[in-house]
Amino acid sequence: MTLIYPVESNAAHAPRLSPGYKSTIKRAPQKQRILMPHTLSETTGPVYGHETVRPGDHDLTTMHAGEPLGERIIVHGTVMDEDGRGVPNTLVELWQANACGRYVHVWDQHPAPLDPNFTGAGRTVTDAAGNYKFVTIKPGAYPWGNHHNAWRPAHIHFSVFGHSFVSRLVTQMYFPNDPLFPFDPIFNSVTDEKARLRMVSDFDLDVTEPGWALAYRFNIVLRGRNATPTENH
Amino acid sequence: MPGITPSQTVGPFYAYGLTPNGEYAWNDAFTNNLLTPDVTGDKIRIEGVIYDGDGKVVPDAVLEIWQADAQGRFADPQDTRGLPNSSFRGFGRSGTTDAGEYSFDTVKPGAVPGHDGKPQAPHIVMAVFGRGMTMQSMTRIYFEDEAANASDAVMNLVPADRRATIIAKKTAPGVYRFDIHLQGDNETVFFDV
Repeated sequence: MTLIYPVESNAAHAPRLSPGYKSTIKRAPQKQRILMPHTLSETTGPVYGHETVRPGDHDLTTMHAGEPLGERIIVHGTVMDEDGRGVPNTLVELWQANACGRYVHVWDQHPAPLDPNFTGAGRTVTDAAGNYKFVTIKPGAYPWGNHHNAWRPAHIHFSVFGHSFVSRLVTQMYFPNDPLFPFDPIFNSVTDEKARLRMVSDFDLDVTEPGWALAYRFNIVLRGRNATPTENH
Repeated sequence: MPGITPSQTVGPFYAYGLTPNGEYAWNDAFTNNLLTPDVTGDKIRIEGVIYDGDGKVVPDAVLEIWQADAQGRFADPQDTRGLPNSSFRGFGRSGTTDAGEYSFDTVKPGAVPGHDGKPQAPHIVMAVFGRGMTMQSMTRIYFEDEAANASDAVMNLVPADRRATIIAKKTAPGVYRFDIHLQGDNETVFFDV
């Protein structure tokens, strides 16, 4: 099966210049992008060895001497292509703030406590059906300097590879019904409402583990569709 | 059919997750050193600085590169012409320093076929992520000492007066400089891929 990557699919993304998110003003490229045919350089991508992901890298709650504080959650889903087929054996990386909304990053000056038992980084590889699963802590909202009283809705950063270098995706996963959604220029940089809502996870009672952790499902759809559709068979 | 998941900025705080580099309690999945002990070909360093529209350096960008080996083969079975005969993987990731600097140690890639089957000039594809960037911007690194640049099909899609922005300058033996300008008169050529 040969996959193709129509550029039209990129319409789901935010415009590069999204003035409400002020940092885009000096960083969004402004000249016309050059449309080009895909070559092997674009339609191939990295493959990961067993050294890339270690056992336990998917569980952010067991990486230190004790358990992190906060609400333990399961975040899982399926990485799929534009035809809905699971993307197997692809790398999923995530990073996030702790339960108090504080990142371990040295630049983060938010006056909320760090948690010695939480770094906030994890990675895994999807299974043969494209499924992945993390165990982590629900991140807190946190303030930022974009505008007066600006707060980011709770989110988890995701980095996913897929079948090729052009299917590469870095995004953020949000939690359902967050009251901060209407006020967040990063969330709303995605102007298509249906596309925007694809970044919001669903509460998942079926995968919630009794007496242990709530679960959220976050499916991720990457570029790539079959060059020769078989619907007529 | 489902629509794709939109991109969101990598933000300012990616380093402990994507490029911990020994500074955080996490290991690197990828680094800016693509060299393997068994790799063949010309070892090169690519280095540069990334600038914003005010000419200020960008200390919180993430750059990723993907390339063929020196024989023009990708370490991906989707390249059905044959896999590299070394453990070279061809993928690298670099954050930027407080001075906006990045670098990669790799090998100079060989030629790979273009969409028309004709060989392309040696090049590396690069994705530029950063705070203030809603998604990655894609560019290509070509090399100034390659005569094949003149006949490269992708290069020839670029207006002649902008081509220099995607050609790395040789500054020392084995060292190429490739600065990235997100905006301005010298804005780097980015591709719609």
